[in-house]
Amino acid sequence: MSVDAKDAAVQKSDLVSVFIDGTEVRVPKGTMAIRAAELIGVAIPRFCDHPLLDPMGACRQCLVEVPDMGNGRGMPKPQAACTLEVAPGMKIATQNTSEVARKAQEGIIELLLINHPLDCPICDKGGECPLQNQAMTNGRGESRYGGVKRTFPKPVSISAQILLDRERCVLCARCTRFSEQIAGDPFIALVERGALQQVGIYEEHPYHSYFSGNVVQICPVGALTSAAYRFQARPFDLVSTVTTCEHCASGCELRTDHRHFQVKRRLAGNLPAVNEEWNCDRGRFAYRYAQGDDRLTHPLVRENGVLRAASWPEAIDAAVAGLRAAGSAVGVLPGGRLTLENAYGYAKFARAVLGTNHIDYRSRPHSAEELAFLASEVAGRTLADSVTYADLEAAQKVVLVGFEPEEESPIVFLRLRKAVRKKGLQVVAVAPFLSAGNAKLSATLVATRPGAEAAAVAALPVEGDTIVLVGERAALAPGTLAACAALARRGGVRLAWIPRRAGEIGAIEAGCLPNLLPGGRPLDAAARVDVQTTWGVDHLPPLEGMDADGILRAAGTGHLKALVVGGVEPTDFADAAAVRAALEAAPFVVSLEQRVSEVTERADVVLPVVSIDRQAGTFVNWEHRRGRVNRVLRDDRVAMTDLRVLAALADGLGRDLGVRRPSAALAELDELGGWEGVRSATASAAPARPAPSAPGGLVLASWRQLIDGSAGNAGAPDLVATAKQPVVRLSAQTAQRLGLSEGEDVTVTAGRGDLTLPLAIEPTLLDGVVWVPGNYFTGSTGELAVRPGDAVTVNRGGVA
Amino acid sequence: MTDMLTPVLTANWADDRAWKLANYERRGGYQALRKALKMSADDVMTAVKESGLRGRGGAGFPTGMKWSFVPQNNPNPKYLVVNGDESEPGTCKDIPLMMASPHTLVEGVIISSYAIRAHHAFIYIRGEVLHVHRRMQQAVREAYSAGYLGKNILGTGYDLEVIVHAGAGAYICGEETALLDSLEGRRGQPRLRPPFPAVAGLYASPTVVNNVESIASVPSIIANGASWFASMGTEKSKGFGIYSLSGHVARPGQYEAPLGITMRQLLDLAGGMRNGHQLKFFTPGGSSTQILTAAHLDLPLDFDSVAAAGSLLGTRALQTFDETTSVVRTTLRWVEFYKHESCGKCTPCREGNWWLVQMLKKFEAGQAEEGDIEKLLDVASNIGGRSFCALADGAVACVQSAVKEFRSEFEQGYHTPAWELFPYEKSALFATNEGGRA
Repeated sequence: MSVDAKDAAVQKSDLVSVFIDGTEVRVPKGTMAIRAAELIGVAIPRFCDHPLLDPMGACRQCLVEVPDMGNGRGMPKPQAACTLEVAPGMKIATQNTSEVARKAQEGIIELLLINHPLDCPICDKGGECPLQNQAMTNGRGESRYGGVKRTFPKPVSISAQILLDRERCVLCARCTRFSEQIAGDPFIALVERGALQQVGIYEEHPYHSYFSGNVVQICPVGALTSAAYRFQARPFDLVSTVTTCEHCASGCELRTDHRHFQVKRRLAGNLPAVNEEWNCDRGRFAYRYAQGDDRLTHPLVRENGVLRAASWPEAIDAAVAGLRAAGSAVGVLPGGRLTLENAYGYAKFARAVLGTNHIDYRSRPHSAEELAFLASEVAGRTLADSVTYADLEAAQKVVLVGFEPEEESPIVFLRLRKAVRKKGLQVVAVAPFLSAGNAKLSATLVATRPGAEAAAVAALPVEGDTIVLVGERAALAPGTLAACAALARRGGVRLAWIPRRAGEIGAIEAGCLPNLLPGGRPLDAAARVDVQTTWGVDHLPPLEGMDADGILRAAGTGHLKALVVGGVEPTDFADAAAVRAALEAAPFVVSLEQRVSEVTERADVVLPVVSIDRQAGTFVNWEHRRGRVNRVLRDDRVAMTDLRVLAALADGLGRDLGVRRPSAALAELDELGGWEGVRSATASAAPARPAPSAPGGLVLASWRQLIDGSAGNAGAPDLVATAKQPVVRLSAQTAQRLGLSEGEDVTVTAGRGDLTLPLAIEPTLLDGVVWVPGNYFTGSTGELAVRPGDAVTVNRGGVA
Repeated sequence: MTDMLTPVLTANWADDRAWKLANYERRGGYQALRKALKMSADDVMTAVKESGLRGRGGAGFPTGMKWSFVPQNNPNPKYLVVNGDESEPGTCKDIPLMMASPHTLVEGVIISSYAIRAHHAFIYIRGEVLHVHRRMQQAVREAYSAGYLGKNILGTGYDLEVIVHAGAGAYICGEETALLDSLEGRRGQPRLRPPFPAVAGLYASPTVVNNVESIASVPSIIANGASWFASMGTEKSKGFGIYSLSGHVARPGQYEAPLGITMRQLLDLAGGMRNGHQLKFFTPGGSSTQILTAAHLDLPLDFDSVAAAGSLLGTRALQTFDETTSVVRTTLRWVEFYKHESCGKCTPCREGNWWLVQMLKKFEAGQAEEGDIEKLLDVASNIGGRSFCALADGAVACVQSAVKEFRSEFEQGYHTPAWELFPYEKSALFATNEGGRA
């Protein structure tokens, strides 16, 4: 019997033949024995070995006998299979066939256990613990150790979120290698020596990593635990559901574990094409935002200016009455965090039920140029013709434009870092400074003032095998998206647009933009007829609708008579106060929300919708890859998806939405399929904004950080405690010119207000540029009505 | 009798301020360098190869062959690293050599670097011996001033920088890859091999790591010729070496002799065991080599003969113990050392030595139980040959050989404390009378 490694990329001639327990295996040259054994289902016990980490050979658990190195001679000592590179003709005898290997492995297990507390009954890992499992399968059963065990005070806080019980640690160095090799955050290291060796932190440096939760998951014992899950459940009592993360457009597969009708924890799923076996801390720990006191559990209707509880029929009737009065003068703002199916519900509701194209999911600063860009470069693509993670890993060069991978799509960051480390990928960042995240990608900085990105992109010396990754912020610098699109028409250059929110690509595909019907269809007659046929309607509105800013303006002035609003936060827009004013002035507002929000407070009818862990659906990530969202829990209090609510409203309005369940929505969307007709024209550059002429000439740069004060991080205080501290960044020269020094509070005045944060000198930041985080816990740039590229002033703290 | 000695490295140790450059030169110092620089690098390497010099750090790998592994087509710089992290219990040859005649080493470093085409060399010295570190620095400074180091050495166009580096006091840094990590500023822990240092060592560049005594032997080989060197010693262990006698001998010290000299001859040179006592056991090459007994007095102390006897020549550190010594106690002290010095990287060494110490303490206290000898040996067998580097092999070597040679003493550990069987004050080296303290 023989087995071949199933990797199409490997040529037959590159395979070497080895014999494991007598079975011939053909594996690529350079394969480690432990991997080769896995191919024939031989599990060699291991602790330090991890397929995604560099081999270490430290725990010595995977010792095997090598009776023949392939040259007829055997190795005198047992070898660690995790560091043993196969050689042609090598014979390997594992614990299954070799007494030497079996005894060696038993010996190591026994040694690992002598200083282990064996506190399995109170350990979070008990029940899913590689040490426990392998002690049972490969150990001696009983310990001969009668001495004193090594003990430590417990636990050590590695961060607010990650705790370390050192006495349980088997010093496999998976966590320290993860932090060094994968995340690139040197937050932990091994310190001391001998039996007192332990995982330690850099005490003089503040701990920081967006990926710290992974070390809990890969810890082969219960040494690393999270504050969120510690002592919450036993693994064997948990029910696991594979699903897809709702926090960003990376599209990680997750394993969500629940018990007693509560999500207890989330783990990274195993999806090699996307997140491999990792995820970010936000995806892992931010899952309680919809379980707080602000959860909406029943509909509300406004009566005499006050919202009061109402039954579903009453609330639906109230909403229907308001919408009927508005006719087709309705704007729809679904928000960017919906599943594909819910987004499709909004798109169809707007067109087929309300008869309007005034729909825009973009609850963030946006532009008309972006609308054209999305229609021509993003909409209607599929996984097959999109840039993928695998493409990033294989590329020679990746250019980042208006995009900070670590903050805005952390798994893209991890994949880029892997490519940089393993394959020599070059990363170029068009940004005002070299962020810590991009420094970990060894990125070359093309220092660019906010607003000057278009010119910088046009001037890039790009040739062959390059991928341009452009973020949603590029919409704010006129001409940038068009310049990126132009770049992508050069030979060998490919382009991908990576938004922050998980629902954005799905919303585009579903048709939640004023210029697009589902499947990337334009509004021309042929496309409308196509959609009308599937939907069974006579007429669809032919004219491009207003974008989100336009919808809000029109609602504020009464040109639109009603708004249907999904998961939208005013502070996420370019001007929060304008959004609030528009919502207040709008004649009628229907809000579909999970939690009390600034929108629900201003709505006339509030219809609660089910949270993501209690519904099925699909997210489409930046690669246009569909990720299945599976229902983790049933919720009997709020069972209505956005789609179901919209169907009920449609019923009330006397027009059948046609789909009520996610599966039906997805089936109909797939039946519509992609658009094969004429696509929207290529985006053309919008005129650049005039350079700001403020005293001192300071312009603002800003982006959102992964862990900030956004609503999605609510209910996870330990996670939020690991956030980067918000700071204002200035170059040393600018700070000196303004008479400011590192660490002191400085006040940035802009637009409609000011913010005061400590100053951090950023050596690579361009002079005359001020960076602030998009959300700084106590407020947001939207609150100040200021956008990157706007003029701002900076003073010593408190002096506005 | 002293005609058995071959003082080469130690020849000038008794000179007045032998460590000064002028005094070293007066003895013909740096003449070998002048000669070597007139030869081609390849010829120097060939001479060392032909001399049969084997590594003096313990493993006995042929030095010339090690040099020839350095890929000369590698575009990275080549480095010579001198391992002066002498830390093994009993081993005490490199430190006195560097203290007494540091220029012997400096001259060897220059010639060896020239042979492997290195332009940077590092002398890594054990952290605790600050005085030796200072002396080496002083010697290197003198060599720079005299034009033996730096740019265009002796007008030949050959450049060499030498850096004297102090470790932080860790036995594991004597392991060559751990030494390289330490030299790079990391925690000293052994590296995964391959790649071997010759291909990717210091700063991932081709690196030769040699023991102090190996490099110090090079000038004499160049000065006197490979055949002169090869004329000494045995067929497979050529040349001379420093034998360090310590313990219960009348005149402990450094005895430089051809490889293959016997313990009986060395004891004669050292005036025998201390008065009125007999040899009980000794280590041929430091605490990590299996102990030998009086039965091995006529064993030629060369690499192959000692290996054939089930031990290792190691560093020729002959720790001698007389009949007043408890082998259980001695073994415990050694294993305590290994427990303390285990770097912690791999399980068998880190946990195993922790356990061995606890077991041996029970034997020492007479509190071991029936079957504990078998357990001790079984645990030792789960450590030796299972670890990442050779440190743990050394740790179990003394345990296994002690039980092999003196099993009955371990059996007595089932009921009688070692301090009752062997009153410890009696084995104190300077005890003047039986049962009393000096």
